Amino acid sequence: MTTQTQRVISRDTTSEELNSDYKWGFTIDIEEEAFPKGLSEDVVRLISAKKNEPEWMLEWRLKAYRFWSRQTYTEPTWANVEFPPIDYQDIHYYAAPKSADDGPKSLDEVDPEVLEAFSKLGIPLEEQARLAGVAVDAVLDSVSVATTYQEQLEKAGVIFCSMSEAIQNHPDLVQKYLGSVVPYADNFYATLNSAVFSDGSFAYIPPGVRCPIELMTYFRINQADSGQFERTLIVADEGSYVSYLEGCTAPMRKSTQLHAAVVELVAMEGAEIKYSTLQNWYPGDKDGQGGVYNFVTKRGKCAGADSKISWTQVETGSAITWKYPSVILQGDNSVGEFYSVALVNNWQQADTGTKMIHVGKNTRSTIVAKGISAGQGQQTYRGLVKINPSANGAKNFTQCDSLLVGDQCGAHTVPYIEVKNPTAQMEHEATTSKVSDDQLFNLQQRGVGVEDAHFMIINGFCRGIFQELPFEFAMEASQLLKVSLEGTVG
Amino acid sequence: MTQTIDTYPHYAAAYAAQADEELPTLRRLRTRGWDAFQNLGLPTARRGNEPWKYTNAAPIAREVFAFGHDLRAADVGLTLADLRAAAPWRDDWRTLVMVDGVFAPALSDGIAAAQSGGLTIAPLPDALDAGGAVLGSLAAPEDDGFTALNTAFMRDGAVISIPAGADAGVVNVVYLTTGREQPRVTYPRTLIDAAANSRATVIETFVGPDDVRYLTNAVTEVKVGEGASVEHYRLLTEGMDAYHVGVSRVLQHKDSAFSSVSIARGAALGRNDFGVKLAGTGAECTLNGLYLTKGSQHIDNYINIDHAEPYGTSRMFYKGILDGRSRAVFGGNVTVRKDAQKTDAQQTDKNLLLSEYAEVDSKPSLLIYADDVKCGHGATAGHIDADTVFYMRSRGLDLSTASRILIHAFASEIIDTVALEPLREYLDEQFQSAIPDANLSLSFGGRQ
Repeated sequence: MTTQTQRVISRDTTSEELNSDYKWGFTIDIEEEAFPKGLSEDVVRLISAKKNEPEWMLEWRLKAYRFWSRQTYTEPTWANVEFPPIDYQDIHYYAAPKSADDGPKSLDEVDPEVLEAFSKLGIPLEEQARLAGVAVDAVLDSVSVATTYQEQLEKAGVIFCSMSEAIQNHPDLVQKYLGSVVPYADNFYATLNSAVFSDGSFAYIPPGVRCPIELMTYFRINQADSGQFERTLIVADEGSYVSYLEGCTAPMRKSTQLHAAVVELVAMEGAEIKYSTLQNWYPGDKDGQGGVYNFVTKRGKCAGADSKISWTQVETGSAITWKYPSVILQGDNSVGEFYSVALVNNWQQADTGTKMIHVGKNTRSTIVAKGISAGQGQQTYRGLVKINPSANGAKNFTQCDSLLVGDQCGAHTVPYIEVKNPTAQMEHEATTSKVSDDQLFNLQQRGVGVEDAHFMIINGFCRGIFQELPFEFAMEASQLLKVSLEGTVG
Repeated sequence: MTQTIDTYPHYAAAYAAQADEELPTLRRLRTRGWDAFQNLGLPTARRGNEPWKYTNAAPIAREVFAFGHDLRAADVGLTLADLRAAAPWRDDWRTLVMVDGVFAPALSDGIAAAQSGGLTIAPLPDALDAGGAVLGSLAAPEDDGFTALNTAFMRDGAVISIPAGADAGVVNVVYLTTGREQPRVTYPRTLIDAAANSRATVIETFVGPDDVRYLTNAVTEVKVGEGASVEHYRLLTEGMDAYHVGVSRVLQHKDSAFSSVSIARGAALGRNDFGVKLAGTGAECTLNGLYLTKGSQHIDNYINIDHAEPYGTSRMFYKGILDGRSRAVFGGNVTVRKDAQKTDAQQTDKNLLLSEYAEVDSKPSLLIYADDVKCGHGATAGHIDADTVFYMRSRGLDLSTASRILIHAFASEIIDTVALEPLREYLDEQFQSAIPDANLSLSFGGRQ
């Protein structure tokens, strides 16, 4: 029996150490499940059956699968990223939930290099154990914390559970909203996700409720790694508020290379959703070997008037990122925001940005994207601002700044601006520069070392975005940036 | 390959019907162009085709155009007065006129192949000695289907070849299409070869009658030698039913300067594909443009600057005024290659939407592979500012005067960059005579 736990790696891990088990797709216990590689209608039926899903869910999956399997339906090629073609028939589309017994029994069994990476990031001991895959029942504190929070949520009437549970326990809500923002035929990866999605988070905030805590997948310990095709759905009913945190700062090595997740947000009248992401998955080694392909479709719909959706992301991981968290501003006076820090180092590639689709009157959107390129990294900001004829008085402000560290990297800005209403105002500005020699000189003259001076300047460059993050997250993000940039200067 | 020919049988027939070309340079280029076209076809596929994302070339590809071989300009009966009404014209400029794609000596003035000191300003077939080597080297037919067709049917055009250190003065090139034999296609070709430290000012005007369907498939190649300076103007004033696809390719050597102002107001469907490569250190490039669209016009500016060497400076500044149900597209790309350190590049696109049905699609992109650079870009779109109008009205100006002043001021930012004074005056006059009315109710509370 092969054992495969969620491992944590540092950036210095060599490809030899990883390649032995680093292949396309899931590494599952084949003996136990006897689930074949590849995708077919039978596989989709099997996934649905394994999860004991109702008929309508299976039908939806099959519809997506049939659409996906059409010959003319191909991967998007417009992104500024390069990778060898993916063999979709060489992937396992179902993995049994991991057994806790496979993991290390205590922190003493974990690679010391990994622990060093954790301490650099300032991650608490209990969390270190969880991240390193130490069997959960060994980390009692976390469990009790999670349980306390669950009680608090229940009292407020907030539903927060895994997608599988939601399909069983709240089918009406799932059926109503699943695919309402990202339809199954949206794009190649979203369609694939719709057919085979494994699990994910579901949250529903009832009318007028301000969610008492910031929702984190962290609190659903047993579903910590819900697989490569995650599906998340958050519905904020009238006048409610929720802040959702995704990911963590630890250098997480996912057990699979291709990740095609879908996140859907729905904000009803007067509701507000704040979605923050820290993504630090395995970026591949220094030679560009391996690393996660993060092909994610994230979209929110401001369905009601005066609603607001805000995306904040700090992206430092993954070999390739293809991700455009978007907002459809349908309700009048609704607000969409996108704040992003993306960092590429070594051979990482990122093509990321946002889409703001203005439909309702007096809708407003703000885009602030900061890109940092180092090593041989290539980074593209690609963003669409579309102002439909109905969007009277719509306003958009976009600012994209890129910082280049080293002369082998690239920073690209590709905005798409489509204006069909003359009363709309849209402004876009972007700059690209390197770390200023004058600023470096100034800091060094005051006794700051060259590496620290770089970090200070880069941190200042991202400050505006970090301020959008919840406090603890912001501290971690800043630390993460520092760790990710190590060795690029000096 | 055969598939391309099946899709475009009329082009195949026209190519087969072309008289055997006696000049070997032309014969070679035409074959090269046709071979390339057979591979490329026209850019009608939209999916994944970023350069043509917002412009549909299918109407052009569908239409069957006549390509007259035997027409002589003299038969048309055009006079100098007609020309002066259609295009900028001055006594002290050298003027080269092509009517329906063929050189018209009676309308041209001050031209000669290989004048004293080696200056050549001549129609293309007479100037192949001077220009043959550069033709097809900057605008490669293999890069683009329209360029391939232009090369395959290359017949006439203007060659301006300036020897080292010489000054060619102002050369006025007019490509005029008449309403004869429609729908007709012409393939204008302009070549400017400025040797080291030479100077030239070149105006290219594309003009034709309204209510006539025709296609102008133009290619311009400009080589700016070391330390040379070329000032270029491109006036697009085709008829309101016409199609125009223009491809301009500029290659700049060390310490050269190239500036261009492009004014687009004509053509039902017009595309200005302008590409500049800064292939020597310290080169400077300024590309300015103004597009004015009304009715159901569609004007696409696809402007590329490629910084291949260090210490280059580029400025790209385009502005649009959109009225009616028209649509304007701005696709601007600035690429800074790995070696092009110390590049300073700015890119701006500003749009004024006068009507509630107009649409602008702007895509100003920066692709940067070097670190020690200063690059920025900006784009805006909006209506006339209500506060400014209010201010002007409070000082006694009526609405329509206020809007005229504001629209004129918006356009002047580009027109004022025309260094050639008589041309600047001509363009300003032309603009002022046709300032569209702004629907000012839009400034005050939106559409009703």
